[in-house]
Amino acid sequence: MEMPEPDAAVLARRDAIVAALRDAAPGAVIDDPAETRAYECDALAAYRCPPMAVVLPRSTAEVAAVLRLCHDERVPVVPRGAGTSLAGGSMPTADAVVVGLARLTEVLEISPEDRLVRVQAGRTNLSVSGAVDGLGFFYAPDPSSQLACAIGGNIGMNSGGAHCLKYGVTTNNLLGVTMVLMDGTVVELGGPMGEAPGFDLLGVVCGSEGQLGIVTEATLRILPKPAGARPVLVAFDSSEVAGACVAAIIRAGILPVAIEFMDRPCIRATEDHARAGYPDCEALLIVEVEGTPPEIDEQLALIREIALSFHPVEFRESRSEEESRRIWLGRKSAFGAMGQLGDYICLDGTIPVSALPEVLAGIGDLSRRYGLGVANVFHAGDGNMHPLILYDANAPGDLERAEAFGADILRLCVKVGGCLTGEHGVGIEKRDLMHDQFTPIDMEAQMRVKDVFDPHWLLNAAKVFPLDISASRREARRDAGSADAA
Amino acid sequence: MRDLPMRPDGEAALAEAIRSARAPLSVTGGGTRLEPGEGQGARLDTRGLTGVTLYEPEALTLVVAAGTPLASIVDILAAEGQMLAFEPPASPGSTIGGVAAANASGPRRLQAGAARDALIGLRFIDGQGNVVRNGGRVMKNVTGYDLVKLMAGSRGRLGVLTELAFRTAPIPQSRLTLCLPARDAAAAIPALTAALGGPFDVSGAAWLPGRGALIRLEGLEGSVRLRAESLRKTLAPFGDPGDAQDDPWPLLRCPNTHDPQADLWRIICRPSQAAALLAALPEPCSLDWGGALIHVALPAGELPQLPRFSGHARRIRGAQPAILPAPDPVAARLDAGLRARFDPRGIFQGAP
Repeated sequence: MEMPEPDAAVLARRDAIVAALRDAAPGAVIDDPAETRAYECDALAAYRCPPMAVVLPRSTAEVAAVLRLCHDERVPVVPRGAGTSLAGGSMPTADAVVVGLARLTEVLEISPEDRLVRVQAGRTNLSVSGAVDGLGFFYAPDPSSQLACAIGGNIGMNSGGAHCLKYGVTTNNLLGVTMVLMDGTVVELGGPMGEAPGFDLLGVVCGSEGQLGIVTEATLRILPKPAGARPVLVAFDSSEVAGACVAAIIRAGILPVAIEFMDRPCIRATEDHARAGYPDCEALLIVEVEGTPPEIDEQLALIREIALSFHPVEFRESRSEEESRRIWLGRKSAFGAMGQLGDYICLDGTIPVSALPEVLAGIGDLSRRYGLGVANVFHAGDGNMHPLILYDANAPGDLERAEAFGADILRLCVKVGGCLTGEHGVGIEKRDLMHDQFTPIDMEAQMRVKDVFDPHWLLNAAKVFPLDISASRREARRDAGSADAA
Repeated sequence: MRDLPMRPDGEAALAEAIRSARAPLSVTGGGTRLEPGEGQGARLDTRGLTGVTLYEPEALTLVVAAGTPLASIVDILAAEGQMLAFEPPASPGSTIGGVAAANASGPRRLQAGAARDALIGLRFIDGQGNVVRNGGRVMKNVTGYDLVKLMAGSRGRLGVLTELAFRTAPIPQSRLTLCLPARDAAAAIPALTAALGGPFDVSGAAWLPGRGALIRLEGLEGSVRLRAESLRKTLAPFGDPGDAQDDPWPLLRCPNTHDPQADLWRIICRPSQAAALLAALPEPCSLDWGGALIHVALPAGELPQLPRFSGHARRIRGAQPAILPAPDPVAARLDAGLRARFDPRGIFQGAP
C-alpha cells in the first residue's frame, strides 16, 4: 500500500515536538518505539507503520492543546478510537502523532426524558447501551466489533450493524458532537433532533474518517428496548431464490430488524467450526423480528407464508431462547470460522438488492479466474455484502492476488449501481478504488469540505482520496511548512 | 423590473444557466417553502427537471428529478403501497427538490428519521456550474464524505439539487391515534414522554390546541391493537385516552397561524426544556416530536424572550430573518467557508 514519504522536516524536529507534546498533555505522551509499536496498525493488520508519537488525552482541552501544537508545527495527526477499523482508517505514518481516545470513556449525561445519552467519544459502543440498559433503553447501531469499538470511531466511519434495516446507521442516531478542529478550536455541532441552524455539519462530519476534526464527546439517541426478538432460519437450494425471497418480504411491507444471508461455502465453514446445526443447502436466510410474543407471531406468520411460497428446503422457527441462540450461532461465528480455514480479506460493498443474482454469479466467475475461494455472508435487507476471500498469507503473491480479486468484486458492486463500502469506510484499503466510483469533480467537492475544516491537510490526510487526487493539497502543506521554516 | 423566470429543461441546461449567470439567482422549485429574506435575485425555476429515473419497490429505492411535484411522487409510491416515511409537509406545487433542500420532515421523524435520513444519494450543480454526484441508490453507503447530509437542508446555498435518491417505506397496514385531553401544551409533554419512553414504537407524538396530546401507533393490525392496550395503561395517570375519529396529522405537517399578519417561529429544543420555553410564549400553534418542535405565532417583528435552552428558534415567516440564540461562531465560520468554496461567485446569495 503506497503511503506518502514521511515529512523529513517533521522527523528532524522529533525530539522538540515530543517535548512540546509532553507540555501540552502531561503524562499522556508515548514515544518509546517499543510502545508506539502497539499503535502501528488497526484491524487491517496487513499494513503497519509505527507513529512518531502517541498521545492519549484525558480531556477535550488536552486534545485541543495537542492539535493546536501539531497545527502550528505542521505535524500530521492520525485520530484513533479503539483501533478496530477494517479499512486502515487509523493506520499511522512515521511522521504522525496518533491522538487516541482510550482515556475518554465517561458517561456525561443520561436523559430518559430527552431519550439521549452524552458520552466521551472513547467509550465503547456496547457500553453505551450498557449505561442505559437499566432504564429500559439501548443504543441501536451495533457493528460486530461493538464490544471493542469506540463511539468516536463509529462516528468517523458512520458504522452500521446487523439491525440497521430498522434502526439506521450511526448518522441516523447521532444528535450532536463536541469536536476539536485541527487548529485547536472546539466546536459544538448538532443539537436537539440533531438540528442546528445553518448547514448540517454534523451530517458531513459523521463518516468523514477522522479527516475533519477529532470528536471528543457525542450525544446519541437512545430507544426503548423492544419487548423481545425472535429469528427464523430459511434454507434454499439456490442463492437466487433466497434473494427473491428477501425482495418479496420487503415488498410485502414487512420490515424485519435484520435479514442475514449466508451461502454454501460460508455455511459449510461455520458448520465445521461452530456446529450450529444448519441445514445442508445453497443459501440460508436468518430473519429476525421484534416485539411482544403475539406481535412476533403476527409478523412471523406473514414471513412464513411468503417464504413457503418459494419452496425452501427448510423453514425453522425458533421456539425458545436456546433455539434462537443456535440460529444466530453460525452467523455470529462466521468470521471466526472462516479464519480457521486460512487468512481472509473481508469486503464490504453494497449492491441494489435486485442485482444480487448477477453479483453472486460474477463473484463465482472471479473466484474461478483468480483460483481463490470466497464465501458470502451479508446483510441482505440492505444489500451490504461481506464477501470473504480466502488466501494464504505465507504464499508469495497470494495477498496481492486476493486484493486484486477483492478490487474486482468492488468494481462489480459499483457497476451494478452499488458502492465500494457500506459500513467499514474507505481508509487506505479502498482509497485508490475511489476513481471507480467518483469522478474527479465529485471528489473535488468532497475535498473542498476538508479544505474548510483542515486547510493544511494535517488530519489523516493520505486516506479516503486517491493519492494522485489529494497530492497537490497535501504537498502544499509541506511547501508552506518549509517556507515558514525558511 | 424582474426578468422572466428561466426554466431549464434538463441538468445540462441548468448547469449552463448557472455558469453563465453574472448576478445572484433565486433558485426555486414550487417556491412553497421560502423563508424571510429568501427568494431574491433573478428566478431560476427547477420545475423543468421532472420524472422518475428509477423505482424499485422491492429495494425500497426511488430516484427522481428534483423538479418533480411532491404530490405525484406520493401517488406513484402509494400505488405500490409505499410512502416517504418522513411525511414531508406538502403545499400545492411543492417539489421534491424543495423538500430535500429544506429537509422538510413531518411527525414521523420521531420514529423514521427526517428527509436527510431517507435521502441516500443526489446530484447537484455547484456555483461554478459543475455537476457533482454523491451517495448513490443503496441505503448503506459510507464511500467518501456524506455530502448528501450537507446538501439536505442547505436551502440552495451550496448548489442546486437536480436528482435525488430516497429510501422509501411501506405504508403501515393499520394506524391508530390516541387523544388525551391536556390543559395546555406544556401539560401534554409528560404524557408524550411516557409514551415515547416505552416499547410502543410510537410514530407520532404531538399536541394541537383544542385537541390535546396525540399519540400515533402504526404497523400490523394485531400489533397496533396490542400496543394501544398497553399504552393506555401507561397513559392512565395522565387521563383517559380516547381514539381520534379523524386524522389530525396533516394539520401537524403544515402548522399555520390564525393571524396572517403574525410571524411564525419554529423552535427546536429538548422536550425536557419545552415547558420552560412555553411559559415564556403565547399558546403555540402546535407541538410535535414529543415536544422537541414548537411552532408559535408572534406579533410581526417581535423577538421572543426565551430562557437559556439547548436548541434554537428561527423565524420562518415574517419580514426579516432571525435566529435565536446567535449561531455558534465557529460553526458559522465553517458555514461561510463552505459557501465560499461551493459558490465562490455568490450566485446562490439569493438564498441568504
